[in-house]
Amino acid sequence: MFENVNMDELLTATNETFYMTIISLLGTLVIGILLGLLLFLTARGGIWENKVINAITASVVNVFRSIPFIILILLLFPFTNFLIGTIRGPSAALPALIIGSAPFYARLVEIAFREVDKGVIEAAKSIGAKTSTIIFKVLIPESLPALVSGLTVTAIALIGYTAMAGIIGAGGLGDYAYFYGFQRRNFDLVFICTIIILIIVFIIQFIGDFITNKIDKR
Amino acid sequence: MISIKGLRKQYVTKERQIIAVDDLDLDIKEGEIFGVIGYSGAGKSTFIRLINRLEEPSGGSVTIGDKDITRLKKNDLRIARQDIGMVFQHFNLLWSRTVAENIAFPLEIAGMSKTDRKQRVQELIDLVGLTGREDAYPSELSGGQKQRVGIARSLANKPKLLLCDEATSALDPETTTSILDLLVDINEKMGLTIILITHEMQVIRKICHRVAVMEEGKVVEMGDVLDVFLHPKQQITKKFVSQVMGNTEEEDAIPSMLQDNPEGKLIKLQFIGESANKALISQLAKQFAIDINIIQGKITNTKAGSYGTLFVQITGEDAEIDRAILYVQTKTSVELEVILNV
Repeated sequence: MFENVNMDELLTATNETFYMTIISLLGTLVIGILLGLLLFLTARGGIWENKVINAITASVVNVFRSIPFIILILLLFPFTNFLIGTIRGPSAALPALIIGSAPFYARLVEIAFREVDKGVIEAAKSIGAKTSTIIFKVLIPESLPALVSGLTVTAIALIGYTAMAGIIGAGGLGDYAYFYGFQRRNFDLVFICTIIILIIVFIIQFIGDFITNKIDKR
Repeated sequence: MISIKGLRKQYVTKERQIIAVDDLDLDIKEGEIFGVIGYSGAGKSTFIRLINRLEEPSGGSVTIGDKDITRLKKNDLRIARQDIGMVFQHFNLLWSRTVAENIAFPLEIAGMSKTDRKQRVQELIDLVGLTGREDAYPSELSGGQKQRVGIARSLANKPKLLLCDEATSALDPETTTSILDLLVDINEKMGLTIILITHEMQVIRKICHRVAVMEEGKVVEMGDVLDVFLHPKQQITKKFVSQVMGNTEEEDAIPSMLQDNPEGKLIKLQFIGESANKALISQLAKQFAIDINIIQGKITNTKAGSYGTLFVQITGEDAEIDRAILYVQTKTSVELEVILNV
């Protein structure tokens, strides 16, 4: 049935998908938290209330969230070429993946922080907490379940993005399914790639849910 | 110990400006439990937040000890806040931390070492009566237990002043009593000054030494709790007192008393402080040849002693009644007023 599937190639493609997803997820995590924090702290009534910075951050986030991913990759070609030295292969997909998903995660982070009880932040202030203490000992721990479940959603969206990046030669399961499967009419290959992506998505969702439940003591 | 002068807070919105706290002057003594009562929107919540500058004052000063809180720079304010505990209506505990970790939080902020922290946390847990619940998460506790954690947390850095923001308003009456007892205990053991705001006169009655009544950002009446209970001057104060005492406008009830009791003398007895504990009524009945019929009344306990009003009808020979009245007026601290001579 799967006579066109080459196990070595499939394994390489899966590894590339993992590589792109994990590295870009880490980048998304760091940049998303920073942007989300900036959005939250500079918002009205926030600790660093600042209309200008908030408006700028919000527009940057909105602009990059609005550009369809496939177009974003094309737009970022010069930047990618400058940064990575090539526009092909899994590493070349990373800038676009991170820039495409970090703003999305930033919004989820902002929402998670906003869900933290204002009273708890007030209590921390009343005992003389610094802003850094409030961030690391109140905001992040208190919103951790939402941060993790947001990251799960982002990771799954990222897998979709890696497949799209594959269409323009980033490698990974999308690339494999399109060039070796679809274009050569090896539909069994398209099918097996889909199954593998589905399995990865299920595993990520399962791990995300498990961790979220484990850390939620509410 | 705490001196508040001309304290003001106004919010400016697009349409108008709202004055939440209007030119407040207060002096609070060391070791005192000072209550502020008012309806919601009276500005009491803003007032208590101005004391530790969770809200920035628009004007005036708050001096605690020898420190003018309103003039402190950001970092000095942070350090000053470590000496001011605060307890909240909704407890405001970190759900992600256990009881022990919540109580340790202010100690971490103050930079205490881990071993010292552990010891201090245990002391506090024992103090508030949560021994054995150290590793529970707030979600596993009842409201009263959560507030105990809140109180332990507020006391962690051994503050001189404790601010209670409606600390018992989210609790049922029984739990309220136990939390109030804990506050009195702490006040007496550690000599801690407590400022509390509430809308429940019960709370003022049970634990406060002095009370201020707030309305529209101003203190409209202030004094020792017993005085305020006995002689409420403002309409709003009378309303609050009636929360505890029932109707304070007793005169309204007199026509009906007359109808039901058309003989002897109708007398109003006002008990102030300790005298309520004496068996005055049975004493009178034994010493004088009179009958005493209690018509209505209510006696309640405050921090400074018992207080209440009793309406009685005395029947018997006029001369004997007069002797009994003279006795009450000269030998006891009970205030007596003849309301009706039939």
